[in-house]
Parts: sequence; structure tokens; C-alpha cells
Amino acid sequence: MSLNIVVLAKQVIDPEMPMSAFQVDRENRQVVTPANIPPVVNGFDENAVEAALRIKDTQDATVTVLSMGQSFALDVMKKPLSMGADSLVLLQDEAFQNTVDSFTVAQVLTAAIRKLGDFDLIIAGRQASDWDNAQVPLAVAELLDLPSITIGKKVEVGDGRVNVERQTPEGTEIVEAPLPAMVTVSNELGQPRYPTLRGIMAATRKQPTIWSAQDLGVNTSKLQHQVETVDLYLPTTDKECEVIQGEDEADSGRLLALKLREAKLI
Amino acid sequence: MADSTGILVLGELENSSLTSTAKELLAAGRILADSLDQKLSIGIVGADLEPSAQDAIAHGADQAYLVNNALLSEYQPELHLAALSHICRQAGPSIILMGRTESGRELAPRLAVRLGVGLAQDCLEVSIDPDSKRMIALRPVYGGNAMAAVVCTGTPQIASIRPKAYEPLEADPSRHGETVSLDLDLDPSMARVKLVERVEEESEGVQLETARIVVAGGRGLGGPAPFKDLEVVAKLLRAGIGASRAAVDAGWVPPPWQIGLTGKTITPDLYITVAISGASQHMAGCSGAKVIVAINKDSEANIFKEARYGVVGDWKKVLPAFTETLRELVE
Repeated sequence: MSLNIVVLAKQVIDPEMPMSAFQVDRENRQVVTPANIPPVVNGFDENAVEAALRIKDTQDATVTVLSMGQSFALDVMKKPLSMGADSLVLLQDEAFQNTVDSFTVAQVLTAAIRKLGDFDLIIAGRQASDWDNAQVPLAVAELLDLPSITIGKKVEVGDGRVNVERQTPEGTEIVEAPLPAMVTVSNELGQPRYPTLRGIMAATRKQPTIWSAQDLGVNTSKLQHQVETVDLYLPTTDKECEVIQGEDEADSGRLLALKLREAKLI
Repeated sequence: MADSTGILVLGELENSSLTSTAKELLAAGRILADSLDQKLSIGIVGADLEPSAQDAIAHGADQAYLVNNALLSEYQPELHLAALSHICRQAGPSIILMGRTESGRELAPRLAVRLGVGLAQDCLEVSIDPDSKRMIALRPVYGGNAMAAVVCTGTPQIASIRPKAYEPLEADPSRHGETVSLDLDLDPSMARVKLVERVEEESEGVQLETARIVVAGGRGLGGPAPFKDLEVVAKLLRAGIGASRAAVDAGWVPPPWQIGLTGKTITPDLYITVAISGASQHMAGCSGAKVIVAINKDSEANIFKEARYGVVGDWKKVLPAFTETLRELVE
């Protein structure tokens, strides 16, 4: 029995781009997509792909990557394929413009997961680096009535159960749930693998499956946004840095400590 | 739920006492309740809840909903979710506030979907719009590079609030309030997620996420050894210790130390950075720090744009004198 793993991955504006390129269109309450900086697969979602591939390394498994958006940079979204995922399904529709509202995103993803049919495990990144909502995986789990385990750093499957090691503030925890289940992962899982040349060649030949709202049987007029952005702006920093300058560097260090005491911070 | 009214805080307990985050939520909820002229309630679940209910009332609640059940004395996501959604349905509030804590992260999104509404996640501030009387929630997005004001369109409106975004109100033991015990049949078989093992790590250090002071180092330290020097500072100040992603990626310190977009979010009163340049990826994890201190040799480093106090200089020369002076001050 092959294990069917679905990975949720989001295309995001590169969070590593220079701060100077980060601009907000306040009137339309959205972040301006920078012209010359290609998007990336959300970092934690690459961890999710890696988690799925580690399972596939040890047992018979199929990894399907699922993403939703209005438009995609295909070479970017093919990266999970070049890492070793089996197939890519892109949910692409004009109506999917607002991927800010986790509730509607979860509804669309749920429709797609149902359309995919049998699945045993869904893995997703703990949150996306754009809207930092950390909601979609849990909302999908709720809509599909799946047990969910969050922020895993090691994910293993056996005997119809998923076993997850999680980092907690106090230490580590091992948690398990019966399949099918939803697991989110974080950077603590470790570096995602680099695509191999063979993987890149294989990915070039693979074409993604593209489903529109209609293909999914999703009535876009009924996708009511549950959270609306009423304002979006760059935070103003009123911070003025007081540079502590002593006679030499050691003296500056000494004065800094005294300053912190004076400011009652220590 | 057109007749929904009241603010409901879902509070957490630790060792049978109300957490500080729960008291912070009550402070936030009190402001909303007063501006709407509505009641502020708290919902708590577990065992032996009466003392916590009284504590919550002293900290601003008008009313407490309790689900007493031994199955809830340890955190289990599915059972807790069932109990919390039961309280929400019974209380019928217009606004629900939760903490974006370890368990809040798991429960809030599922609770919102279960109630058929959207969640304003990880908010720093909530207020009531004077015209619409709806809650406006301010939340950092894009790793703190932008701030979004969001409104929940459904009812109830739900927000999860970042810990330490609010200060708890001073306890007023003379406050009185009503306690409502709710009956709920819980079936242990609802608990699909099972804890197999918990390993508490022998960390002498303070937890990063709740630390009042955090000390962290970055790429500029050049290797794992200098982190020992930072540990000395951390110990003196009873501070948590962290690192930038560069230091973690280089293998100098373990991943749980990482502060930033792909690591931990910290909200200390004082954050001392050593040889950290302050890339947006890092700043995303510390935008909630009240005062940032930077020691960095590059006067153009971004960290100085965010810092309140800074020393431009080589950490090798600055840090020993800084540490010695700290020692004299605190001992």
C-alpha cells in the first residue's frame, strides 16, 4: 500500500529581498509585488516538502504538492518536483486573488484535497512568510475533520499512525495520531534538500495539473471573506538610536552597561 | 447570532493557576467591554477552577464560565477544543479573545472554523471602531515589515493576541462576579492526538519566548565559542539566549535558538544583540522587543535603525568590558 502524502505549499514574495524593495500600496491594502525579485516557495513549506520526502525515502509513498493562487511562477513552483515530489497541482483562478483570507483559502484547498481522493497525510509549513497567519493547515484539518499536530521537527509514519517529534519551549514532545492526519512543520526539521540534476531534469518534463474554481466545483461568489484588511501600512519607527561612544571600544561597553542600569532596564 | 453580546476571553491555566497571558487578555477585553458597554467574561476549562475564576474576576472579568472535567486537566487539543467551543456557543459573545500561545496557536484557527468565522491572528492591539462598533485588530504581517488592520466580518469576531502585548490589570480582590458551571459530556475517544513522550530539556537558560531579557549573537561572532561569552551575560541578567539564522545555519548553535521569521518570536523588555546585522528575516522575530541594544562593528548595519542603544565596535573588545560592568552592577 503506497502512502499518499499531500504537501501544501504557497508561493510568496521573497522574504529575503532587500528592505528597500518592500513597498505597500496602502490604497489597495496590499504589498507591491517587486518587479525584479522572483517569488519563492514559502520557507516552511519547503520544510514540509522535505518532511514528505524523508518519509518517501523510507517507504513506498507518493508526494503531491498543492498550491493555490491567482498566478504562478512555474519554475519556482516546480522546485518541490525537482527535490523529488511526484506531482504538482496548482489551483489557479482569477477569483483566488485574495489569498489573505485563511478561511476561504482553506475551503478551496479542502475542495481540491477531496478531488484528489485518497490521502493519508497532509503536511504543511507552520505559517507563510507573507501574512504570517498560521491558520490554513489547521482550518483545512478542521474542515476535513482530521487530527492535527503542529510545529513538528521529525515526522514518521507507520502502522496507520503518524508520529511527530515537536519542539516545545520546555523541551521535546513525541505526539502521535491515526491517519489520515494533518501535520505542520518548521525550520527545526532541518535544511530542505537541494534539487539534484536528475531531479531538475525530471521536473522539467513534468507538467502541473491546473484546476480552476470551476474544476473544483467551488462557487466563487459564495467564498465570503471572513477577515477583511481595512488598512495596511509600514510601521513608523520613532526609534532614535543613542550611540554610546566611550574613549575606546572597551569603555563604550562599560558605558553601555551603565546606561542600561540608568534606564532601569537591568 | 444577531443577539450576540459580550466579550469572552478564553484563558489558560498552568499548574491550576490563571496564566499571565490570560490576565493580559482580560486587560485587552476590559477595554473592549468598556467601549461597547458590554460584559467581560472568561472561559476556563480543567479541574478545580473556582480559585482561577475568582482570580480572573479580580483581574477584570465580570463573569466566569467553567467546564470542570478531569479529562481537561492536561492539555489535549481535541478535548480542549470541544470544551472551548461549547463555552463559546453557550456564552454567545460578540467578540472572543485568545492568547497566541503554544496551545492557542493550535486551537484558535480550528475554533474559528468550527464557529464558522475567520480569525484575526497574532494581534498586537484590538480596539472598537466608534462608527461600526466592530473590533479592529492590528497585526504585524510580512514578518513585521508591515502592519495590517483587520476586521472580522462574521459573528463572533475572534482575535488571538500575542503574549505580552498587554499588561495585566492590577488585581482588585473587591471585585465580584458570577460563576457559571457548564456541563459537558466528554468522550475520551475524541482524543485522537496522543502524547507519547515528553522530554524536558535540561536547559539552565530561560525560555526565549517568555524571557524578560534576551541576549543573542549572529554571524559576526565567527564561531560557536563566543556564544559561551554570551551565556555569561545571559546568566548574569537571567536572560534567555538566542541567535540569528546565520549562526544556526552555520551549526554554531542548535535550531531552537533561532530568533526570526523562520524561528522564534520574542517579546522581551530588553533585547541585547551582539554581531547581528538586523536583516528583515531576523527583525521579524523581535519586532515585539521593547528596547533593542546593538553591539556591531558596522555603523550602517540595519540593527541600528531598530535599536534604542548601540555601540559601534568590535564585540571582542566591547563585550568583556560590558560583561564585567554588568557583573559589578548586578552582584
